[in-house]
This record gives sequence, C-alpha cells and structure tokens, in this order.
Amino acid sequence: MREVVHIPAGEVRCAPADVLALQGVPRGARLDGRIAAMLSEGISLYESLAAPAGVLEEVDGGEFAEIYAGAGKNEPRTPLALIHPRAERLCLFAVTVGGAVSRRISELFQEQEFALGAMLDAAASQGAELAAAYLEACYGRRDAESGAPAGKRAFLRYSPGYCGWHVSGQKRLFARLRPEEIGITLRESCLMEPLKSISGVIAGGPAGIHDFENEFPFCAECKGKECRARIRRALANER
Amino acid sequence: MEILKRIAAELERGHDQQVGQMTREALAAGFAPKQVLDEGLIAGMNVVGEKFRVHEIFLPDVLLAARAMYAGMDVVKPLLLKEEVPVAGKAVIGTVQGDLHDIGKNLVGIMLKGAGFEVIDLGNDVAPERFVAAAEEHGAPVIGMSALLTTTMPVMKKVVDLLRQKGLSERVKTIVGGAPLSADFAREIGADAYGYDGVSAVDRIKALIATRGVA
Repeated sequence: MREVVHIPAGEVRCAPADVLALQGVPRGARLDGRIAAMLSEGISLYESLAAPAGVLEEVDGGEFAEIYAGAGKNEPRTPLALIHPRAERLCLFAVTVGGAVSRRISELFQEQEFALGAMLDAAASQGAELAAAYLEACYGRRDAESGAPAGKRAFLRYSPGYCGWHVSGQKRLFARLRPEEIGITLRESCLMEPLKSISGVIAGGPAGIHDFENEFPFCAECKGKECRARIRRALANER
Repeated sequence: MEILKRIAAELERGHDQQVGQMTREALAAGFAPKQVLDEGLIAGMNVVGEKFRVHEIFLPDVLLAARAMYAGMDVVKPLLLKEEVPVAGKAVIGTVQGDLHDIGKNLVGIMLKGAGFEVIDLGNDVAPERFVAAAEEHGAPVIGMSALLTTTMPVMKKVVDLLRQKGLSERVKTIVGGAPLSADFAREIGADAYGYDGVSAVDRIKALIATRGVA
C-alpha cells in the first residue's frame, strides 16, 4: 500500500501556546502587546504559506529491517531495533509543510525581522509535527478498520537522526518511499528539503511494544525526552 | 551622555525606529561612533542579555531588541568601518554537517553582532573542513558549532580534531551549543567551551578571546 495523503489545513493549525513554548516562553507568561501581535502574525503567515502533504507506504518486517540497517551507522543499541521486530505493522512516511514557509523564514531573518522569523519557524515546526501526527492517526485508524484485535494498540513514529537511528538511514528510506512526489528531496548529507519535513517509520501493534526504558547512551544527551509522554499516551490509549 | 542612556533604554524595549533615530542624533551631537556603539547599543544589549539569562524576558523580547540593535548598527557601522575601528572579535559559526536546525545558531550570530563581533555565518549542514578553512581564511580565533540532533554531535569532535591535526588548536578556540549538548560533552570532545544559550555563548566567546589574548 502506498498513498499520497491530503492533509487538511485544519489538522496542522498551531496553538499559540505551543508556538511560544517552542521558543522557550513558559505557558501563562505575560506577553508584551507587540509580541502578542507578532505571534498572531506569525501563525497567520504560516497558515497562508503552509502546503501540508504526506505519503505513506506500508512495508513488511524484512523490508524494514534492510531500510533500518541503512549504511550501518546506527548506534549498537536503539529503541527501534527492539520495537520493529515486534511491530505487527510498519509504514514508512514523510510529511512536509512545504518549501514556501522555509523560504519566508530565511527572508525574514535576512530582513532583520528576527522575532517574526522565529514565530514563523516555531509555527512551521509545530505544523510539521501535527502533520506527522495526522499520518500516525490515519494509519492507526486503518488498522482499526481492518479488524485488528481489540486492546491497547499504538501507532508511533520514529525518525532517522533521532534515538540512535543514524541520519544516513534516510537514503534507503527515500529510495523506497520516494517522497519527491510530494516535494521532499534529500541532500547529499541526508538532510531533507524543505527543512520543515519529517520522515521515518510508523510502527504499530500492541501498545506495549513501544515501552522502553530511556537508558540508552544517547538518552543522556537528549533534553527533550518526548518519548516518555508518547509512551504514556500509547499505553493509556485503549480501544 | 543622556542620549546614550536613552538609546540603551529604547533598545531594551525593542523600539527599533527610536534607536535608529537617536543613534543618528547622538552622532550629529558629536559622539564618536565607537562610544555610541559601546555605551548605547552594546550597553542596552548587555542588559537584554542579562534579563534573558535570569528569565525575566524571553526569546521574542530578545529578538525585538536585536532588531533595534541592528537599526542602530546600520547607522553606526559604516562610520566604524570608515574609521577602521577594530571589531570586538571575529567568530565563525555554523550548524554542523547533517543538521539543518539553525535557529539557535542564528540567535548566537545575532547576539554576537550585537556585542560588536564580526560574524562569519556558514549556515547549516557545514562540513568540518569548511569550519576550519573559514577560520583560517578570516583569521577568526573562534569557531562556534551548533547541533540539534544527537546523531550529528560527533561532527563537532571532527572539527576539534581537525584543528589539532593542523596545529591550529591554540590559535582557534571552539565553542559548542545546541539542545542535546552539555558542558560534559564539550569537555569530552575537547571543545574549549559550551554555550547553554545565545547569551551565554557570547559570554564564553568573550572569555575565550580575553584569556587567549586573541581577536
């Protein structure tokens, strides 16, 4: 199964508090009037420029194992190396909010409109996350519609460049997924253009497959630790 | 002197038009461009940096102030160049190879320029050889590297190693920063400093230059 997914604009609409949080502004902080106005302007600009699109392609365990092996540069121990063999379904994905947003961010910084540029950058980052979450949910719904067993099931995404999956893994992922169709290309250094794009694999199955201790060597360097909240949500979701 | 204090105060508030206008007025009143820069613009930006450091203000406030700083710099800079006033220092900065996240790096660049530095910004996805070549070409005593991805952090060590191999590590110092980094990581790879955020990066770079006596 391969599918280009239309992502409705409403699915990638950013919450102002999230856009501020990405810039280190605590929730509930009192905003200067100009910053509040700039926040609205940044989000409006993002909404006018964003062209969200995604692509999904289901693969079997053997295919994914080859893609995951990549150029052999992954960390020796990774969460995904434990998760993917236990997943019942695996789906490569890529999403983008389009190139126009990234171009405008660069222009704003060149024009010395730093604050507005940072607002747009944060909105676009949040939008790309929302687009990836939309694909995750789409794939999960298909699992439910296809008569998957009841119980706690979860569909979570993992990306090259994070959690020990080396960014060079993008080459095999791109060769199989071909996200160029939705405008995402790969640089020689394995980074995606447009910048506000996310790629990886959605692993699905019993929620427990995603449960891991964050004791890998690279976890110590990770300040976000978003995996904890994702795992908690996955384990709490029961259908 | 009053006008220089007012420039600093307006800069703190992020009022770019007022800063530009008052900078012109200060120069017209006979203040030297270097004095306007140091006691007006940089003084204001120092207060902004300190408020940011203690979480009294946040990134958007700093960026508004930076725009005001640039409004003043646009007026002063041609005069400083004409008078050949030396810059506070030079720094090569970039996001390391394999990483495109450059907001943090941009902030460091903005803050460095605000502190009177000449900044050679190599952009993102920068190979180790480019960092070193740029430092040599521009005679920059500091290379600042940023990374957001844990998988790209090893590139920083390659830059440090390359400087050693070329016998440049005494002359060119390195500072690293980015969300997943720490002072421990900086020490582990042999970098000379770690910048927690844009403001601390500027402080560390100033300290590196002061202790090494290079600019």
